[in-house]
Amino acid sequence: MKPVALSDMSRLDRDPLIHLENAELMPLPAPLDDPSKDHAWRALTDQARERYECGLDDTCALSFPKPQSPAEERELVGKFLAGLDKLFSRENNWTFLQPLLLTMEHCARCQTCADSCHIFEASGKNELYRPTFRTEIVRRLYFKYVRNGGLLSAWQHGEIDLNWNMVARLAELAYRCNLCRRCAQTCPIGADNGLVAHELRKLFSMEMGIAPKEIHDNGSMLQLKVGSSTGMNPEAVKDNIAFIDEDISEKTGVEVKTPWDVEGADVLLIHNAGEIMAWPENPGAFALILNAAGISWTLSSELVAYDSINYGLWYDDAQFARVALKHAEAARKLKVKRIVLGECGHAHKALAVIADRVLSGELNIPRQSFLPLMRDLVLGGKLDLDPSRNNFPVTLHDPCNLVRLMGVVEPQREILHAICPQFREMTPHGVDNYCCGGGSGFAIMSGHNFPDWRFHVSGRKKLDQVLNAFQDCLDPSTPKYLCAPCSNCKGQFRDMLSYYGLWESHRILYGGLVELIVNAMKAVKPGYIEWEWH
Amino acid sequence: MILFYGWLYAGVLVFLAASIVRAVRYSRQPLHLRWEIYPVPHGKSGELKVMVPEILFLKGLWEFNRPMWYVSFPFHFGLYLVAAGTMLLGCSALAPAAWLTVLHPAYVACGTAGAVLTFFGSLGLLTRRLSVRGLRMYSSPGDYVNLVLFAATVALLLAGEWSRPAGSAGAMAILRGAATFDTALSPPPLLTAGIAVGVGLLAYIPLTHMSHFIAKYFTYHQVRWDERANPVGGSIEKQMAEYLMYRPTWSAPHIGAAGRTWAEIATTNPPQGAAK
Repeated sequence: MKPVALSDMSRLDRDPLIHLENAELMPLPAPLDDPSKDHAWRALTDQARERYECGLDDTCALSFPKPQSPAEERELVGKFLAGLDKLFSRENNWTFLQPLLLTMEHCARCQTCADSCHIFEASGKNELYRPTFRTEIVRRLYFKYVRNGGLLSAWQHGEIDLNWNMVARLAELAYRCNLCRRCAQTCPIGADNGLVAHELRKLFSMEMGIAPKEIHDNGSMLQLKVGSSTGMNPEAVKDNIAFIDEDISEKTGVEVKTPWDVEGADVLLIHNAGEIMAWPENPGAFALILNAAGISWTLSSELVAYDSINYGLWYDDAQFARVALKHAEAARKLKVKRIVLGECGHAHKALAVIADRVLSGELNIPRQSFLPLMRDLVLGGKLDLDPSRNNFPVTLHDPCNLVRLMGVVEPQREILHAICPQFREMTPHGVDNYCCGGGSGFAIMSGHNFPDWRFHVSGRKKLDQVLNAFQDCLDPSTPKYLCAPCSNCKGQFRDMLSYYGLWESHRILYGGLVELIVNAMKAVKPGYIEWEWH
Repeated sequence: MILFYGWLYAGVLVFLAASIVRAVRYSRQPLHLRWEIYPVPHGKSGELKVMVPEILFLKGLWEFNRPMWYVSFPFHFGLYLVAAGTMLLGCSALAPAAWLTVLHPAYVACGTAGAVLTFFGSLGLLTRRLSVRGLRMYSSPGDYVNLVLFAATVALLLAGEWSRPAGSAGAMAILRGAATFDTALSPPPLLTAGIAVGVGLLAYIPLTHMSHFIAKYFTYHQVRWDERANPVGGSIEKQMAEYLMYRPTWSAPHIGAAGRTWAEIATTNPPQGAAK
């Protein structure tokens, strides 16, 4: 098949520009080394193709309805151009204007970034997923429409044709990047293709109201409405935590009681509420550890403050700011000394890093990762631990938001070296890690056949790393633990390992970090980690 | 000669002015939200440990794009040597005659080696850009012309210098002539053309993406490495207070812009009806 070209994005037909076959994808190691035995992709339904803009590739993230007339298409293109203009205005986009301008105006098109992108590599280097493919289109649009470039500009920067099909495909393409910024890390000039995908998502959401339903309607909007994207209101979350306390107490033989709304506590712990619903052993482990170590801590039952997620980080500055302010406001109200973020990578980056400059005065409360705290407890002798309880192969997935985008690299390793005798690293790891494939919202996006795409393409490189880390012990008689200290990443692993049946066939289990700590605590009944699929 | 000297001065002035305008433009952009990438070096010595190998030897390209490094490094290092040679030439014009025994061979060596490296580097870059599909499909006509221009310029300079009749005006004499507006000077045409084209190229660079030597300061120091915290009452807080009073015009209903400031928008809750 002829490789896709930039000009194909404005093709008038609505057919997908590419189609991927399993045999074209990056090969995987054993036991998934035979592409002919891999799952066939679910195809988009005829109804989906009929109703929605699905003209990019084999899948569809946005489910944006097709315009009904040329006039509607023209109106949408007009809105897109208005949004593009706003991306480059101080009043509308002071938040990221400088890095965006630098990226637009200085890329040398050397393609150094391409080999660092896990999506491009996993797709068999399909041109559509090259990190600069999307950026080059936006760059040409910028010079043509924002800078009003003429013939000379086109000669210097390249020509581009704009129509509704181009806009629709670009909207979808903004959601074929995990925003892991591995490409930006390797760019010699410092151009940032991840930022361009981020800014495009903002344009579509903030100007045109286009965003994946899972992230916007069922994500940030639901969180602002009821308090959590899980749908839990304050009463429901308290009920669920009470149930978890009871369950964990019974399971461990250690009385666990989660404190709520304690004024003046040292630590306000904020979990990703998805943990409470899907992996209750994680908040249970936090409660057990913090109580055992004598930490003064609390959860907050304020609206939004019991769910650390902040999906605005991925697509919308206004939604981002609203949620970040609510988190900080809850901490201010409780007069806590610091906020500690639980096992959620994007929540870490959102509140500890990205929100840093907008939280001022009384809202500027110290915000930290749980990892240094846990490291201090584990290495400081606050917990009586028996590492032999964790004597099984363990590997660590580094969530991008924690390592490359926040610089928290060592504490998790110090913990694992201390409590897991068979800990082994993935290659590469730390700040050079690969995304799990679920980053930037993909792990919760499940419309149409999007999960097929994220297992086959965006998650493929990570799957390769996981299998390689366990190549010496793939036999199912050895249970193996993939430690993923991030709720979003765990969601991706749950779905991807299940898709490939790697628990059933090779006993690869995934889970958080605090569960390993509790599993090693002498005061706890052995067997906190249950070798069962969940 | 007056026209030639005018061209030289104009070219250098345009280069300086355009570089300054570009740098000032980026420095005046609003302080963005934190967007650093780790590892972030700490302290001046930490930064220098990254910057020196990156600037001098293109370490990033060596590490992540070796085939490109083989052509890009000679190109860039050649330009550094040409710049160094030009500076030594300037020093030679001002220095006591006794120093010339050292300075003259130094600037000739730098200039010649630099021009040769740049020539082969630019041809190498051009060849790669033409032959590798992944580079070709993202290249504009301007990209090719830029590389040809570099190759042609250094070729002219080398040819001009190497074909210069014995005793005729060389780079040093032309520099002195330009400084004193010596209209009696009669430099060889080929060398004159090389210098004229070179100065035109110099003026053109900061008008294009080739000005990434300016951008790199900002992408590294103000984006990748800027992990400054926001202490209460500090300068960042003051800047943010100003930006939060901006009135955005984003149109999506859930933003609820309608003349509100960023601060007002951030404190509304659209699903509870406050944004509309």
